Amino acid sequence: MRQTNIKGSRGFAATLAVLAAGVAAGFAPYPAHAGPEQDRIHLIGFYEARFPKLKLDDYVNGVYAINPQMRAEWEQIMVFPPYLPALDTGKKLFHTKFKNGRSYADCFPHRGIGIANTYPRWDAKRGEVVTLALALNLCREANGEKPLPYGKGKIADILAYMAETAKGKKIHVVIPANDPRALEAYERGKEFYYARRGQLNFSCASCHIQNAGRLIRANTLSPMLGQATHWPTYRLKWGALGTLQRRFRGCNKQVRAKPFPFQSREYRDLEYFLTYMSNGLPEVGPTVRQ
Amino acid sequence: MSHTGVTTRMKKTIGITLSGAASALILVGGLTAAPARAGSMAEWTHPSAAVLAAGKKLAFNRKKGNCLACHQIDDGTDPGNVGPPLVHVKKRYPDFAKLRAQIWDATANHPNSVMPPFGRNRILTNKEIDEIAAYIWTQ
Ligand code: HEC
Ligand code: HEC
Repeated sequence: MRQTNIKGSRGFAATLAVLAAGVAAGFAPYPAHAGPEQDRIHLIGFYEARFPKLKLDDYVNGVYAINPQMRAEWEQIMVFPPYLPALDTGKKLFHTKFKNGRSYADCFPHRGIGIANTYPRWDAKRGEVVTLALALNLCREANGEKPLPYGKGKIADILAYMAETAKGKKIHVVIPANDPRALEAYERGKEFYYARRGQLNFSCASCHIQNAGRLIRANTLSPMLGQATHWPTYRLKWGALGTLQRRFRGCNKQVRAKPFPFQSREYRDLEYFLTYMSNGLPEVGPTVRQ
Repeated sequence: MSHTGVTTRMKKTIGITLSGAASALILVGGLTAAPARAGSMAEWTHPSAAVLAAGKKLAFNRKKGNCLACHQIDDGTDPGNVGPPLVHVKKRYPDFAKLRAQIWDATANHPNSVMPPFGRNRILTNKEIDEIAAYIWTQ
């Protein structure tokens, strides 16, 4: 009943939730008051013990890092990845001017090139986490354009282009020490990750930490480490590119939990936490998954 | 989804009226109604062929028990390995009621179990759980 522990955010209850998850997975509990960096190092240690043959960078490949048969099929597909046309579209869209003559590039540091690996970001002025998808729509609105629908389609195409220009750079999510609200957002994301939900009573950690590498029916469960390094992703099941939050919704639905809306605070905080855990791994989006 | 509603309400209740894990446990205990048994015990411990067939179907059905998601069972295809293979079940569970309780709510004995609480969360009806348990007991 992890959901009973997630109230009373941070402090005792939060620590408890993490402790419970740690015990469940058979690794040593987090030290009290562990910060994000200890969390990340601890997580790496956990997976190192479970998958001793993997190098850290291997985790960007998800299930393909741990299932050789699936890996071989995937490598075949990656010879001519099906997202290439969408990537082209994304590039064109990104460089198309708004009606006012400005463009996306004007909204971003380095004109949007090679920065996808630094999102989500803490926005002190807004007092909230801003994902790259949200930043794109904030840019549109600031320039008098309607926001794009989230999850798939044009926004995914543009995100794919932006990810491509950052390919190989290390994921670098920052939790500014001078604003305690940023750490709170991270902690909320972490609590979400360990909270059981849905009729089937799973947390994200139930599958991607506790049972990473095992089979649920015919599906190998990928480790959480590296899961945020390759978005948007072309899923063969979707037949198109989709965003990370589209995947969150899918994983919520399969445990019969009500998915949250795209870019809800819950999902942005979750994305902040999840992506921080992938810090130091290379950005490899877009890519392909089953 | 109705259960998600329950979860949300519970969170709120706890937020307002309770704090700490101990009191949360009391609340959880209160919600976990004792499984009501459908039919007579012998019906399940000495099941007919029809009950066994129904139990197997429910256990394999992805929308029902979907036990194969996590357990190797009988001749089921594509079993997962999140849980142990369900073999020698009668030897491991001489007491049928204990087997049924594991299916009703695995988290009662193992709080960290990922096995869904089929009875407590009303994923399956009492009768469905009885039929599945009867079938699994023969494994
Ligand atoms: C019942 C099991 C289950 C739960 C609970 C679950 N997932 Fe998943 N998840 C899967 C499966 C199966 C896949 C597809 C195989 C894989 O990549 O792990 C997947 C895939 C993913 C992926 C894509 C991985 C990749 O390499 O592309 C992400 C990201 C993800 N899940 C995040 C989450 C988050 C966040 C939660 C909680 C909100 C969650 N999952 C809950 C089973 C689960
Ligand atoms: C998502 C995973 C999952 C699903 C689905 C699942 N189980 Fe389990 N099951 C487990 C795990 C893990 C255990 C190990 C003990 C525990 O965690 O309670 C277990 C243990 C058991 C045991 C005890 C086995 C032993 O030898 O001690 C029985 C019996 C059992 N499950 C029956 C079922 C039945 C019947 C179903 C379907 C109606 C089912 N399980 C569905 C994960 C699952």
